[in-house]
Amino acid sequence: MLGSAIIVFRESLEASLIVSIVAVATVGLPHRARWIAAGIAGGVVGSLLVAMMTEHIAELGGGMGQELFSAGVLGIAVLMLAWHNIWMARHGMEMTRQARQLGSDVRSGEREMSALAIVISLAVLREGSETALFLYSLFIGGNESVASVIGGGILGLAAGVAAGWGLYAGFVRIPVRWFFSVTSVLVLALAAAMASNMARFLVAADVLPALADPLWDTSAFLDQSSLTGQLLHLLIGYEAQPLGIQVVVFVTTLALILFGMWRFRLRPPTRPPASKLADSTA
Amino acid sequence: MFLTRKVLLTAALLALPVAALAGEAEFAITIKDHRFDPAEVRVPAGQKIKLVVKNDDKTAEEFESKPLKREKIIQGGASATIVIGPLKPGSYPFYGEFHEATAKGVIIAE
Repeated sequence: MLGSAIIVFRESLEASLIVSIVAVATVGLPHRARWIAAGIAGGVVGSLLVAMMTEHIAELGGGMGQELFSAGVLGIAVLMLAWHNIWMARHGMEMTRQARQLGSDVRSGEREMSALAIVISLAVLREGSETALFLYSLFIGGNESVASVIGGGILGLAAGVAAGWGLYAGFVRIPVRWFFSVTSVLVLALAAAMASNMARFLVAADVLPALADPLWDTSAFLDQSSLTGQLLHLLIGYEAQPLGIQVVVFVTTLALILFGMWRFRLRPPTRPPASKLADSTA
Repeated sequence: MFLTRKVLLTAALLALPVAALAGEAEFAITIKDHRFDPAEVRVPAGQKIKLVVKNDDKTAEEFESKPLKREKIIQGGASATIVIGPLKPGSYPFYGEFHEATAKGVIIAE
């Protein structure tokens, strides 16, 4: 029972932290709860499909299908997060002024929300498919009773969700004037962390060169398999022994998103209220 | 605009044919009763090598190694290829994430 609780906790923690970051980053967007729920539901369905197709996926790409699939999933999530931050650089200020309510551009906010629902789906799909395979293997392994496997699974899931909820509850308390800066940094770091992870899978698939392996080693300072190490790995891409290419991709992703945020930022003077009204009626 | 470029770049990367995996020295590992056999694999340092992991159990296993930076699910009855290296001389532990208590092994590069 403890075994299944620990594994399910580990997998659901990752997904749940990503869901909570998205939830924090989308405060004020239209129909947010509905989109988040849809994202989670889509991810659960997707993870069952992926779990069932594991063997087929593995055989693709000359036996490197799993690595390429993971890299692809992470790549899409990075693009969505990048888009979100660039979009926020334009609309965030406006939302702050209207007390986090997106008044003028609901349709654009809705599209934005759907992009982040995809990020949630992909996070749940990645972690969920592993969890499904693991639980299934316990069932047919027959060493543990069904009740014990399910009990452990529920316990692990509850702990994972609680951790995500805790993070969310902490972040939504941030005062309004810092809110968008903090969430931008969170999303930026998450995107770069995912991009670095994507690079690792592409090296495993033998598509990208490692460049240096490892570039440095800080495992004596902070072990990546410790809980702190895992959290930092997820949130800011901490690697105790990063590949050279991971650092290159991490920095490039940061630079590209920051450039996009700067390029498309809302420049003062802002639009006068009259044109805003015209926009919302259009 | 940069989004488009990134999409294209990602697509191009994913579409790249996986480099020919032939030519590398192959090392076979079997999973049976949630244990790796052999649990200690000696491989040459300084060159790319191929691990062929065959799962003889009915249940899936996830081959995982932090120092090797690999994680791969191997379905029951299936086998999977994992390309690693070139490694510096040293030992690189790996384990089966789904049965961590018993499924442990180490790659020794020399």
